[in-house]
Amino acid sequence: MSETGIGARVLRKEDKRFLTGRGKYTDDVNMPDQAHAFFLRSPHPHARIKSVDAAAAKTAVGVVGVLTGADVTAAGLGGLPCGWGITQPDGSPMFEPPHPIIATDKVRYVGDPVAVVFAETLAQAKDAAEQIVVDYEELPGVAKAVDALKAGAPAVFDDKPDNICFDWELGDGAAADAAMAGAHKIAKVEVVNNRLIPNAMEPRAAVAGYDDSSDETTLYTTSQNPHVIRLLLGAFVFAMPEHKFRVVAPDVGGGFGSKIFPYNEEAVLIFGAKTFLRPMKWVAERSESFMSDAHGRDHVSTAEIGMDENGKFVGLRTNTVANLGAYLSTFGPGIPTWFYATLLSGMYVIPAINAKVRAVFTNTVPVDAYRGAGRPEASYLIERVVNEAASVMGMDPTEIRRINFIKPEQFPYETPVGMTYDSGNYVATLDLAMKHADYAGFEQRRQEAASRGKYRGVGISTFVEACGAAPSAVAGALGARAGLYESAEVRFHATGSVSVFTGTHSHGQGHETTFAQLVCERFGIPIENIDIVHGDTSRIQFGMGSYGSRSLPVGGTAIVKAMDKVVEKGRKIAAHLMEASVDDIEFEAGNFKVAGTDKTVNIGEIAFAAHVPHNYPLEELEPGLDEQAFWDPPNFTFPGGCYICEVEIDPDTGSLEIVQFTAADDVGVIVNPMIVEGQIQGGIAQGVGQALLEGCAYEDNGQLVTGSYMDYCMPRADNLPSIVFDVSVTPSPTNPLGVKGCGEVGAIGSPPAVINAIIDALKPLGVTHIDMPATPKRIWETIQNAPTPKAAE
Amino acid sequence: MPTVSMTVNGKAVTGEVEERTLLVQFLRENLRMTGTHVGCDTSQCGACVVHVNGDSVKSCTMLAVQAQDASVTTIEGLAKDGELHPMQQAFMDNHGLQCGFCTPGMVMSAIDLVNKNPNADEKTIRSQLEGNICRCTGYHNIIKAVQQAAKVMGG
Repeated sequence: MSETGIGARVLRKEDKRFLTGRGKYTDDVNMPDQAHAFFLRSPHPHARIKSVDAAAAKTAVGVVGVLTGADVTAAGLGGLPCGWGITQPDGSPMFEPPHPIIATDKVRYVGDPVAVVFAETLAQAKDAAEQIVVDYEELPGVAKAVDALKAGAPAVFDDKPDNICFDWELGDGAAADAAMAGAHKIAKVEVVNNRLIPNAMEPRAAVAGYDDSSDETTLYTTSQNPHVIRLLLGAFVFAMPEHKFRVVAPDVGGGFGSKIFPYNEEAVLIFGAKTFLRPMKWVAERSESFMSDAHGRDHVSTAEIGMDENGKFVGLRTNTVANLGAYLSTFGPGIPTWFYATLLSGMYVIPAINAKVRAVFTNTVPVDAYRGAGRPEASYLIERVVNEAASVMGMDPTEIRRINFIKPEQFPYETPVGMTYDSGNYVATLDLAMKHADYAGFEQRRQEAASRGKYRGVGISTFVEACGAAPSAVAGALGARAGLYESAEVRFHATGSVSVFTGTHSHGQGHETTFAQLVCERFGIPIENIDIVHGDTSRIQFGMGSYGSRSLPVGGTAIVKAMDKVVEKGRKIAAHLMEASVDDIEFEAGNFKVAGTDKTVNIGEIAFAAHVPHNYPLEELEPGLDEQAFWDPPNFTFPGGCYICEVEIDPDTGSLEIVQFTAADDVGVIVNPMIVEGQIQGGIAQGVGQALLEGCAYEDNGQLVTGSYMDYCMPRADNLPSIVFDVSVTPSPTNPLGVKGCGEVGAIGSPPAVINAIIDALKPLGVTHIDMPATPKRIWETIQNAPTPKAAE
Repeated sequence: MPTVSMTVNGKAVTGEVEERTLLVQFLRENLRMTGTHVGCDTSQCGACVVHVNGDSVKSCTMLAVQAQDASVTTIEGLAKDGELHPMQQAFMDNHGLQCGFCTPGMVMSAIDLVNKNPNADEKTIRSQLEGNICRCTGYHNIIKAVQQAAKVMGG
């Protein structure tokens, strides 16, 4: 291993600019003569728009122009497209309502944009917006999916009175029923997967400009996937061809899924720039983020798992109601289906599984991918019901897991819910975590805590996830309306430095370092001579962006494939320079050698020869050393791990402390251990946040209650523990790097570990259930209402 | 419109502002010093922390006119002659940042913390950084960075 190659703890190349205040985020971008946008949003969860009177606002001081839903309709613009279609069991498509970029007939959630004001200053735009008179006919609203399904519930869309977007099912129902009928014992849980607000620290922002001399549109935006934004906004909203539409996602301050999707504001800004021929800028205030960034999770599920006499699983049945919000966000329908139910086999051999999902419209912000996207919902459900199964069987939670694990020799393993797991050694991560957590010594610690009047509990989660969704053909068959490959270009410059152009996007993940390490490893050139370029459709060939932990397994592999082509061409050039046969040229660590001789030529010399082709096989080869690759993987990758959480609860107050959190992950081959550990620590923090602190609250009618950091509890430094972390590696056979992806495992694996720990702590009181977020109040109430209240011993 | 004058990173600056202009807006919009960030509208997130006369201040809670004659230090003013401040270096060494958006405020808060409490233990560091929200790191490496910097700054 070189000091900067694969496996090295290389400090990040991007850090210096971030640490000295020279990062360039979208809000730092200003176009000459720009005006500022302010969105007037619905204060009502559900209302009919009778009229919008913007006359006074249009003549207010500093106002450049005002646009309303009527202007969008008059311009004939399309709505925001949905990128994933679901087919129901009877073969009919999901209900797919239009999603106008400014509301026209009705507003359907608090925050739905009704008008936009463009003015010389933001303050002027805000002042003018107060002069817009919207005549609303308020309608009853509904926030909870289960309420929206009740007879007589308000209809979010008039032509879909039952509010059902789709019913969907995966796995053999008859087989699952038969398995359950024959089970020795059955464990059952009913859980809520709480709605979350992603809260990347950089609020969404956009700057749009239009040049009417060239008919070119430029959009700077906070995006995880600028090419996808170009494709969807260009093709579906504006009918604008790619060569006239440039999208730039510069430094982006976190995404966690929420910056995948094209949003109303980006489209409206472009519309404004084209209408008024001025660049337009918008930056969300945080309170706007709360009511306009796509939310995550929001499932209500039941799960039943059947065991034989030995505790072996025989079948699993789940039933889920998923809240999609008021419109279909880009991947909204795909998350509670193909990104969720396909992971319900967890790490286990479960011969028969049936998952039913009903997806529902409500008067809430659209719901879509948030870190983990469907997979945390699956792991929470399975890990909760498996824990309950241990309890029902009178087995240790680690033991029931151990005997049901898919064994290393069973890979590739085909589950009953459509996935083929690539590789894993689940016992290895379990044992590793148990060792670091001193699981064997827990009972002693429980007793010691009890002597101090505290309830101490330990919670286990053994989880698998699917990264790098692929292949495109399969995804397409399942409803994806986009490809899921990735592209890379590796460009050698004449004097030996390299630019890599990747279609993935880094918004905290450190691609500029990790991807450069791939190049170091292969070409043996100094890391400072490598530049990773991302985030600009005018510079990068194409790309699908970063989400679903795909950047390294899919995007990294595309880089490897492009480097393969560079080496292949380099061998031909080297053969010419060294007057040898191509078949005799070997390549290693940046040097081309003639096999069996001491003749060698460095790749830097090859690059120079390719750019200054004075001695060059021009009759056979083009000059230049610049290769492109597109990689469409044959399968997902499947990282997994084991998290063990240990908590102490004060029964008098319900306050909780995580006294120890141990993570043992298998994310395949690791390129930069420092970055991987950081990704997993961050994911765990978000998962702990979901388990203990975070919860988007709506009133039953759809009025948003958690609209700021005063109401929505974000994890802070003093809420979180330090994390004990270790890895076990089983390389993925899916890609040549053997990598699996690490961006989401933390958020997927940690919530059930925390909740299982709380339930374990309160076991002496007969507690078997608590919902997330397990706030002190909820824990205290659970203790008060426990079946067998008693003080800690 | 009022005129406001202050020293920012050792340099005298003057600008015309509206009365309602916040210090962070003055820095970002008048001076185009975009290292200081805005992450919320309720003075919770701490992305905008700068030093005013040596104390850490959320620059979204202060009007620009209130900083008249003050000495303001921002993230852009920390590195000297191309050498990172020990806190900046510690954040890099310990991977205490990912997306970088909360980082300027986090670093400015951490410096003030260490200046005032050079021997802070982990619990104290965690509680004193409660006013700076980071969504990426889980704080684990931020705490390590502050501990490393405290050693360098104290020694």
